Amino acid sequence: MKQIITPIWEVFLRSKNGLDHKHAGSLHASDAEQALQNARDVYTRRNEGISIWVVESKHITASQPDDEGSFFEPGEKIYRHPTFYHVPEGVKNL
Amino acid sequence: MTNENLYKYLIRMADNSLIFGHRISEWTGKCPTLEEDIALSNFALDFVGQSRSLYTYAAAIEGKGRDEDQLAYVKLLHDYKNILLLEQPNGDFGYTIMRAFIYSTFMHKFWLKMLNSKDETLAAIAAKSEKEAAYHVRHSAEWVIRLGDGTQESHNRMQTAADEIWRFTAEMFETDEIEMALIADGVAIDPKEIQDEWLSYIQEIFEMATLTLNQDVFMQTGGRSGQHSEYLGYILCELQWVQLTYPNSKW
Amino acid sequence: MYTQALNKKSPKAAAKDELGPEGIKFQKKIDADLKIEPYDFMPAAYRKTLQRQISQHAHSEIVGALPEGNWVTRAPTLKRKAALLAKIQDESGHALYLYSAAETLGMSREEHTDQLLYGTAKYSSIFNYPALTWGDMGTIGWLVDGAAIMNQIPLCRCSYGPYARAMVRVCKEESFHQRQGYDIVNILCNGSKAQFEMAQESLNRFWWPALMMFGPSDGEDLSGDKSNIWKIKRFSNDVLRQRFVNATVPQAHFLGLEIPDAVLKFNEETGNWDFGEMNWSEFFDVIKGNGKCNKERMSVRVQAYEDGAWVREATNVWAKKQADLETPQAAE
Repeated sequence: MKQIITPIWEVFLRSKNGLDHKHAGSLHASDAEQALQNARDVYTRRNEGISIWVVESKHITASQPDDEGSFFEPGEKIYRHPTFYHVPEGVKNL
Repeated sequence: MTNENLYKYLIRMADNSLIFGHRISEWTGKCPTLEEDIALSNFALDFVGQSRSLYTYAAAIEGKGRDEDQLAYVKLLHDYKNILLLEQPNGDFGYTIMRAFIYSTFMHKFWLKMLNSKDETLAAIAAKSEKEAAYHVRHSAEWVIRLGDGTQESHNRMQTAADEIWRFTAEMFETDEIEMALIADGVAIDPKEIQDEWLSYIQEIFEMATLTLNQDVFMQTGGRSGQHSEYLGYILCELQWVQLTYPNSKW
Repeated sequence: MYTQALNKKSPKAAAKDELGPEGIKFQKKIDADLKIEPYDFMPAAYRKTLQRQISQHAHSEIVGALPEGNWVTRAPTLKRKAALLAKIQDESGHALYLYSAAETLGMSREEHTDQLLYGTAKYSSIFNYPALTWGDMGTIGWLVDGAAIMNQIPLCRCSYGPYARAMVRVCKEESFHQRQGYDIVNILCNGSKAQFEMAQESLNRFWWPALMMFGPSDGEDLSGDKSNIWKIKRFSNDVLRQRFVNATVPQAHFLGLEIPDAVLKFNEETGNWDFGEMNWSEFFDVIKGNGKCNKERMSVRVQAYEDGAWVREATNVWAKKQADLETPQAAE
């Protein structure tokens, strides 16, 4: 039969107060309000969330696997981590 | 029984929730989208849940040691006091959603009023049900807007649904001496007090949905006094079947 | 609820030197127990295997809602009605998570639906058996969901990230399904004689079909099997089936139920319950579409989908109208 393609949305949930929203999954909806309602019914049936974000999947720009080397490998600079530095014995609160 | 009026009032409300939950649950696995299947199951679960609270309370008032299931399942057709609107067949998705919208809008306002009932148990049931009803209104209203103002076909279907449903709406606002007594005691609420805001909200949504409200129809009533349409009998055939085939069993 | 192993062994894996550099990198990742994600390189056969398996799994959840859905309006108590509704609702949710995972492999949900309703896509054979009594609601939860869990727990570690994550969510929700089924059967077995008979009769009908859910025999050794090398399939059909029998037989005996298998016997040496032969010609008949309910299940789904077409169309048309209103055309 004639197929109508309904857009895909990504769902993000804040599981409890004070935490970040985290990706929960995706679903189909024709518009934002329905996406929000569907997210409530699909992804929070067991009190998994107190706040929902939905964004249409096509609006997400993702890095590609090929970017991995140039994006992430140079990021490792050990002097960015506190353990790189020596703290003299006896010094506290540092 | 210490309070026969309250018992009867509770049974009316419980039967409404039971029968409407039954109808909605008939959609299980058959909705237009997978997402909506999950949404309508939540509707059905909310109504079944409300009926359980109300029957349980009614059973306590009755004081004969019966439980929610005996009050829900083991009785004759005329002892069901739900309004006619809720026992009508589901029709298409448009009919189901239109009925859910019209009824939930009523129930949301009903439960909001009931929060102030002098009966603490009823007020507590209202506190939970009001939140559920608010979501039912939001979900169904958004559908009415989309389907009313969607395609020509969807518009026609929604207009037909509204026209067919309207004749069952007056029964929601009926009161008899049982309710009048409870209203006087501050236990029940007078549905006429919410009729205007109910109507104006429906008109507001209909306008957004490009639908027309045709109010000039002959009103059908009778369910509240046990005078049902033929459809209820078929519901009971399914609902009561296992209970009646294996009487006095635990499940 | 469940994906069915319809195939026996997959074709032998290609030797390492046929893989090419990307293929070798892919296999190294899998060997290191890393996940493959949607944009990562994957061999075409890996994609195809997953597409088939995940969508079959999703279809099974969709069709699996029907035999139980038939009983919602007949559930004998309000508590049972609510539990059954919540269980079926979960199953629709599982279908949704699984279709989402399948979509990351490049085929839309609409295409998957098309394949189920108008094509040749398969779903678990178990749902082509009729649900005739309230006892079946117990047995389905206990045996069918029980078999499903056996199969699904290893899938939580599947090499394909979106599938594994969907399965983690599914397994979390599934745990109440089997228990509510066993609880129904337990109450029946402790009820009247007629109720006990209802439970036994239901077990008699569902026992063998439940065992066949694990698929045809494929021995115990999966080495050389591609699905195994790709860490999609971790245990053979026979190993999982034996685990299921070992777990379930004592549960039946505890309730005083008899397993309808004349040769069932505990084997002291292996610690397994040895069981009889399954009726594979029946199994393949059902797969081919000749089960009692194949035609009904599909016609209900087709009807529901086609009845809903005007709704899906209208809501998308409405959304487009709104979007057009929000972005006024630039003046020429």
